[in-house]
Amino acid sequence: MARVLVGVKRVIDYAVKIRVKPDKSGVVTDGVKHGLNPFDEIAVEEAVRLKEKKIASEVIAVSCGIPQAQESLRTALAMGADRAVHVEVPQPQYDSLLPLHVSKILARVAVDEKADIVIVGKQAIDDDSNQTAQMTAAILGWPQATFASEVTVADGNVLVKREVDGGLETVKVKLPAVISADLRLNEPRYATLPNIMKAKKKPIKKLTAADVGVDLAPRQQVLSVEDPPTRQAGSVVPDVDTLITKLKEKGHL
Amino acid sequence: MFKVYNKLNRNQLKTLEDYKTVQKTRRLLSTSAIHLKEKTSDSKKDVKQSKSFTMNLFRGQLQTSQVFPYPNVLNDEQTETLTSLVDPVTKFFKEVNNPLKNDEIETVEPNTLEGLWDMGAFSLQVPQDLGGLGLSNTQYARMVEIVGAHDLAVGIVLGAHQSIGFKGILLFGTPEQKAKYLPRVSNKEFAAFCLTEPSSGSDAGSIRTRAVLSPDGKHFVLNGNKIWISNGGMAEIMTVFAQTPVKDEKTGKTVDKVTAFIVERAFGGVSNSPPEKKMGIKASNTAEVTYEDVKIPIENVLGGVGQGFKVAMNILNNGRFGMAAALSGTMRSVTAKAVEHATTRVQFGKRLDSFGSIQEKLARMAMLHYVTESMAYMISGNMDSGSIDYHLEAAISKCFASESAWYVCDEAIQILGGMGYMKATGLEKVMRDLRIFRIFEGTNDILRLFVALTGIQFAGSHLKELQKAFKNPTANLGLILEEVTKRALSSVGFSSAPSLSHLVHPKLSDAANLAGQSVGLFGPAVESLLIKHGKGIIDEQFLLNRLAQAAIDTYTMTVVLSRATRALNLGLPTADYEALLTQVYCSEASDRVASNLLQLKSGKHLDNFSKMSDIAEQMCQSGGLVQPNPLNL
Ligand SMILES: Cc1cc2nc3c(=O)[nH]c(=O)nc-3n(C[C@H](O)[C@H](O)[C@H](O)COP(=O)(O)OP(=O)(O)OC[C@H]3O[C@@H](n4cnc5c(N)ncnc54)[C@H](O)[C@@H]3O)c2cc1C
Repeated sequence: MARVLVGVKRVIDYAVKIRVKPDKSGVVTDGVKHGLNPFDEIAVEEAVRLKEKKIASEVIAVSCGIPQAQESLRTALAMGADRAVHVEVPQPQYDSLLPLHVSKILARVAVDEKADIVIVGKQAIDDDSNQTAQMTAAILGWPQATFASEVTVADGNVLVKREVDGGLETVKVKLPAVISADLRLNEPRYATLPNIMKAKKKPIKKLTAADVGVDLAPRQQVLSVEDPPTRQAGSVVPDVDTLITKLKEKGHL
Repeated sequence: MFKVYNKLNRNQLKTLEDYKTVQKTRRLLSTSAIHLKEKTSDSKKDVKQSKSFTMNLFRGQLQTSQVFPYPNVLNDEQTETLTSLVDPVTKFFKEVNNPLKNDEIETVEPNTLEGLWDMGAFSLQVPQDLGGLGLSNTQYARMVEIVGAHDLAVGIVLGAHQSIGFKGILLFGTPEQKAKYLPRVSNKEFAAFCLTEPSSGSDAGSIRTRAVLSPDGKHFVLNGNKIWISNGGMAEIMTVFAQTPVKDEKTGKTVDKVTAFIVERAFGGVSNSPPEKKMGIKASNTAEVTYEDVKIPIENVLGGVGQGFKVAMNILNNGRFGMAAALSGTMRSVTAKAVEHATTRVQFGKRLDSFGSIQEKLARMAMLHYVTESMAYMISGNMDSGSIDYHLEAAISKCFASESAWYVCDEAIQILGGMGYMKATGLEKVMRDLRIFRIFEGTNDILRLFVALTGIQFAGSHLKELQKAFKNPTANLGLILEEVTKRALSSVGFSSAPSLSHLVHPKLSDAANLAGQSVGLFGPAVESLLIKHGKGIIDEQFLLNRLAQAAIDTYTMTVVLSRATRALNLGLPTADYEALLTQVYCSEASDRVASNLLQLKSGKHLDNFSKMSDIAEQMCQSGGLVQPNPLNL
């Protein structure tokens, strides 16, 4: 049976209205509601289903981040992960943490934990990078199956259906492999209160970047974070003719 | 309490000076589980004491230990647990539960019900080792606040189960009863609380359902009929109250006393009616339950034979803060709808929120919510820190919450105008659902009388001690002097009012003075009522209601003073806003206190009261309104 490692990230809750910090160095996170990245929730759900189908023997959730990342690990544990690894990254380094760093950490943890399958969300809803699965696979030298909308494991292979522009594409990769979860892969379960209580007793192993031998030096510098331009007020035109004239004036026709 | 009041008729309370009778009354009122000392002695120590702010208010004393500082009872671990529960429950109610659908089909959708069981929502306070979540009262309050914000009908399904249905087992169950039943009520077996009968509502002591011991002494045989039982059609495990013959140790006579039983539907002989059609909380099953020769094993007596009344009152007292918590959730969500509308709807070229009338509505909604929410968590906090003197406060919170939620929802509908009246907006359902909260678990009218009479009785017993002290003045000089000074001061007016200002943030000292003045007016008002009416006060409901209202206003003022002080001391971002709510609330509430207490002795008002009695009497004689239509057609 396979051992599954799932990457989870704590992000600003999808319903929160994002505010840019006055010094434009980033967005306000203090006192802002956070939650588990929705795509990672799908990844966790898939891993737990693999376990329920007796394809996976163990599900290990891993997160890189500040101490509060543990909240997301607890959510994964409440959903059914067996144990967790928290690679603690202090706030200053976390601010400049890139998918490459995360991929290196995930790759190392995958090796140390003897994982056969790594599942991550296709992207995090905060930075929308969509790179971690791909780079993790490259660093490990494992095959990758990204944007999964259906996962079937059989005979040491994984069949993954992917939603591509023209329809569905099915790829077959050999284990061990890296998979990234797309929106329609599954509908994640609700963490029930009894399971949340039980999750409090499941172990979370704490590591540092040094423990996994990853250098967190920044590779990029953020110059400025800006609000999107505010939408200009529209105007109501009396009839179609005026509309056409206006569109022509503005060079849209 | 619920239902004890009618027991207190003139014959039972001959005179406040009659100590024995006072004791008897005390027992009746203390069925509401006020832990009164039954000992009598001349020393001051043995005058019954209470940590309750409201109780002491009736004696003209300031007892703030349960009010200041605002309770902060959750430890880090409890806070962390609670934090991890809030989101999933909120998400469940937003995404899975469909309140309008439940309302339409008059039951909770099966997948929602299933989900709620899986969530653990039915056993929030059952110990973890017996299958529940083991939440404290404060944690429970936060959970039901979410429920109240989304669907009050589901709230009653959950509440009838755990707040009253099996609460008796939690509070009074033997270890065996707990081990047997708590895992079951945590795992898909519904519970219900069965007290009300066709001829017995507020007057719970008058129930007729009876249970008689079988000849072999192994069973009670139960017969009777309960009505309007929430979850009555689904419950497998019921807390049933019935009269049982009990032999009085002293007189040797056998009398009927109420006993609580754990009854399983599986015992046989239990049947129920189809669900009642109702105004609101339609998704909650309300049914008649009939017991015909139901054989209850004697080990299913709950809390002792003859102790049923105490069990019932304790269950209800223990759960009332939950109603305040749930309804503060309701108010929060309906207010959000009102604010959204007020800030987007334009009329006469302006947004609604720019009009003073709308501003006043919003501010009043916010104040009533603030009071309710603050009270819910103050009482749950007191209970979590082991308070046993919270019953008047719990009763006040139930009255205040149910009336405030009604007002707030009504004003929200008004702000939304025609839109508020539309089903799809969701407010009309809330309005219908809310109406029952003023009726069940003790009508607000009965709870007000409970507050006033329990307080008066507490004050009365104190006066009694004082009279005794006068009989032996030298031995009790200290007590007398203290009392004489206090009373002399109170007769000179406001300047003597007890001070609360050392307890509050400086920003609130004016508001605290107003509350202090209300406290100061209270003791003398009770005293003169007692002097004037003596035993007869029990029948002076016009007066008792005003006294109760004054107690409610005074307690709620101190509650918000405490909460806002905490906010200011901690420098919370909303502290200044909370101070505004508190200042306006105290200003208006203290006016009401002064006015209500004045009415107790104002000739004009007393005259109005007797005229109203007269009006009502004539109406009842003529079977409705007395005068014909002016056209006489
Ligand atoms: C939807 C619903 C669910 C319920 N669920 C349950 C349940 O789960 N379990 C249960 O046991 N019961 C339940 N009840 C019953 C409920 O608790 C009673 O309706 C309530 O106690 C009031 O009793 P009553 O209706 O007989 O009114 P009554 O006692 O007849 O009172 C009628 C009116 O007279 C007033 N009144 C009565 N006595 C006095 C007095 N001495 N002085 C002044 N005013 C007085 C009352 O305040 C009220 O306004 C439920 C009721 C409803 C409608």
